[in-house]
Amino acid sequence: MTDHLLEVRDLSVEFHTAAGTVKAVQNVSWHLDRGETLAILGESGSGKSVSASAVMNLIDMPPGRITSGQILLNGQDMLVMTAEQRRQINGCKIAMIFQDPLAHLNPVYSVGWQIAEMVTTHGGTRDKAQARALDLLRRVGIPEPELAMRKYPHQFSGGQRQRLMIAMALACKPDILIADEPTTALDVTVQAQVLELLEELQRETGMGLLLITHDLGVVAEIADRVVVMNGGQIVETGNAAEVYRNPRHPYTRKLIDAAPGKGQMPVERDRTGQPLLRAERLTKSYGAFHALKGVDLTIMPGETVAVVGESGSGKSTLARAILRLDDPDGGRILYRGDDLMAMAPRQLFGLRRDLQMVFQDPTQSLNPRMTVFQLISEAWVIHPDILPKAQWKDRAADLLVKVGLRPEMAARYPHQFSGGQRQRIAIARALAMEPKLIVCDEAVSALDVSIQAQVIELLDGLRREFGLSYLFIAHDLPVVRDFADRVVVMKSGEIVEEGPVRQIFDAPRHPYTRALLSASLDPDPVVQAARRTARQLETA
Amino acid sequence: MTGFIGKRALASGISLIGLVILVFFLSRLTGDPTNLYLPLDASIEAREQFRQLHGFNDPLIVQFGRYVMDLAQGDFGESLQQARPAMEVVLQAFGWTLRLALITMTCVTVAAIVIGSLAAFKVGGIFDRIATFFSLVGASAPDFWLAIVAIVIFAVNLHWLPTSGTGTPWHWVLPVAVLFVRPFGLILQVVRGSMITTLSSAYVKTARAKGVRTRSIIFVHGLRNAMLPVITVIGDQAAAILNGAVVIETIFGFPGIGKLMIDSILLRDFSVVLASIMISAVAIFIMNLLIDIAYAMLDPRIRY
Repeated sequence: MTDHLLEVRDLSVEFHTAAGTVKAVQNVSWHLDRGETLAILGESGSGKSVSASAVMNLIDMPPGRITSGQILLNGQDMLVMTAEQRRQINGCKIAMIFQDPLAHLNPVYSVGWQIAEMVTTHGGTRDKAQARALDLLRRVGIPEPELAMRKYPHQFSGGQRQRLMIAMALACKPDILIADEPTTALDVTVQAQVLELLEELQRETGMGLLLITHDLGVVAEIADRVVVMNGGQIVETGNAAEVYRNPRHPYTRKLIDAAPGKGQMPVERDRTGQPLLRAERLTKSYGAFHALKGVDLTIMPGETVAVVGESGSGKSTLARAILRLDDPDGGRILYRGDDLMAMAPRQLFGLRRDLQMVFQDPTQSLNPRMTVFQLISEAWVIHPDILPKAQWKDRAADLLVKVGLRPEMAARYPHQFSGGQRQRIAIARALAMEPKLIVCDEAVSALDVSIQAQVIELLDGLRREFGLSYLFIAHDLPVVRDFADRVVVMKSGEIVEEGPVRQIFDAPRHPYTRALLSASLDPDPVVQAARRTARQLETA
Repeated sequence: MTGFIGKRALASGISLIGLVILVFFLSRLTGDPTNLYLPLDASIEAREQFRQLHGFNDPLIVQFGRYVMDLAQGDFGESLQQARPAMEVVLQAFGWTLRLALITMTCVTVAAIVIGSLAAFKVGGIFDRIATFFSLVGASAPDFWLAIVAIVIFAVNLHWLPTSGTGTPWHWVLPVAVLFVRPFGLILQVVRGSMITTLSSAYVKTARAKGVRTRSIIFVHGLRNAMLPVITVIGDQAAAILNGAVVIETIFGFPGIGKLMIDSILLRDFSVVLASIMISAVAIFIMNLLIDIAYAMLDPRIRY
């Protein structure tokens, strides 16, 4: 039998924690050949990164333990090698890039030094390493490479940092590149560029690419084969297009169904009458940076308005300005005709309960020392007129049921819940105020796709039940497609296009909206291939 | 950077002036030094003459004015006790203390960083446990007790080392060793804690994926990042010794600034007290400045 470039056979890894033994992966087998792209697809906790960590010898033992299996590089079992042999393979034969490149680059060394270190570590001279680093910076498209050599990671943008990571990984011309969620934290247009760069480099070098991702779109864009993982086991494996078209395992089917952007788009609503909230010519500057340059926005009662834009577009500033969490520098905010900006603090306090916010990261926005009951009932402590104390317990239980949790969970603390459950708690807390408008700032961005779909469904249901309005901030267009009534596209502090959801998706007018749409990845490999061809034609 | 240093110097200068005013008047409140310097049976005329000579008969405010005028001309006054310029006395003592602090803190820093880093690399390992035990003991051992025990064992019983003085390098061993213990314990703990955080960071994972050698991971990738909180504590501890390791200097008869300060306060040698305080303040100012500069050198994200 011919050897694969890299083969994982029957690998099982356990972690011994205070809470007991966790079987992170069980009897996992996959292989990667030269010039091939294999994607390991899974949600958080599926164990998708564990086998790659085992390949790189990055699992801390203890608490980790490899209980069975082999990892074969060109037919040789890496698990029986000495630590020194493993060290020489790392970086040299197999290199790895990670999600969140800012955290994964050493903040106190220049990027030139960090790239060159890869070469010197594996026996290259200082001069050779410098030259190679400079070459690579040029190759991955960093502007002014000579200058960039002496700069530090914090002086680059997110996309550039991932390019730096890629340059570093390729410094020793590895046979295999492992990319762990390489584009997850990036804007869609930047994501497309980084994936394109990875593909180009793979064609040039013929390396095998192992991609770990939670995103079907990334799989569709770049993978030849896909391994789907759930609960530490491989549930399905095969050709990427084949698996998408013909998923055999129920979990794969569930994942594909949960991918956003395929449902019915809502019909256009009647927009006459008094708006619930109206922002006029909002401006906000941070020093010399103009975050908002005169933004107008109208939200009707019961309407969901999505604000979509990439990082730095001013979308979160807009959300915070509307709630007066950060006061805007100029403009007016009319809530049912009353100017929030001109309101006395006492009057504003009364209105606060009408306007609620759900944040991106529920781990940070829920006080870890408070029980769920305390978190929810705090609303009634602050606004005692909402509910008499005798009813707090029942209402809290009621709200928990509404958001799909169980009443007895009220006694628990936030850390005892999963990410999706925590976001439900945050929503229950917002609902406790009986608000008219909920501002969701990237409220589903940190969640797994299947959880994302559930939370969006929940929000949609609550809207119908309570007649809520939403201002839904997102960086991703497909997420808002089946949910929003209107879409506002922002770029550099300005609204570039605004309209009913159908118009934005079916007939986008502004070039930036079109760029956003074409850069967002479709989970269908066929659609994605067509888009790629179209993109290439456009640039050619 | 120069602007930053200037601003800091200005702020420190203002606090120094405040300090001098405060100390000047407080020390005069302790009474008249005349009776301390003249024999018990000195005549009233002799006492009056002594007061006249040193200006203790003038109102306080006049004395202060004279002191400030002298200061402006670089005159820090005379030491009553030694009949030499006060600044000369203080600088001499400070020189001794500075040497003591430098030697001690160099040993402490090197030992704490190496041992703390290695302990952090394998948390819960046998090396880590031993290091943690000794750092706890060190950080909590009272230094006067250590000093006395050390003298009893090494000087009195074993006759290996001298009990006090500064004559030979051997005289330095005991004071340095005793002064070493507490800062070593404290800094070791900070290094260990900071290194544990750093070694579990994402960029250390990257370094491991790059195949960087363990030694480089600890001392190149880890240490520089872990040093920021450590430097603050090193500065603190160094300042504590510079400000006078009073107890240790007294026990070992070490002619440093701590001993000088205590002696001059007891003898109401006002000029020396004031000069010592000024020198200490300047030393601390420079110390803090060095810490800030070290911060900026270690971490490119910090710019003043």
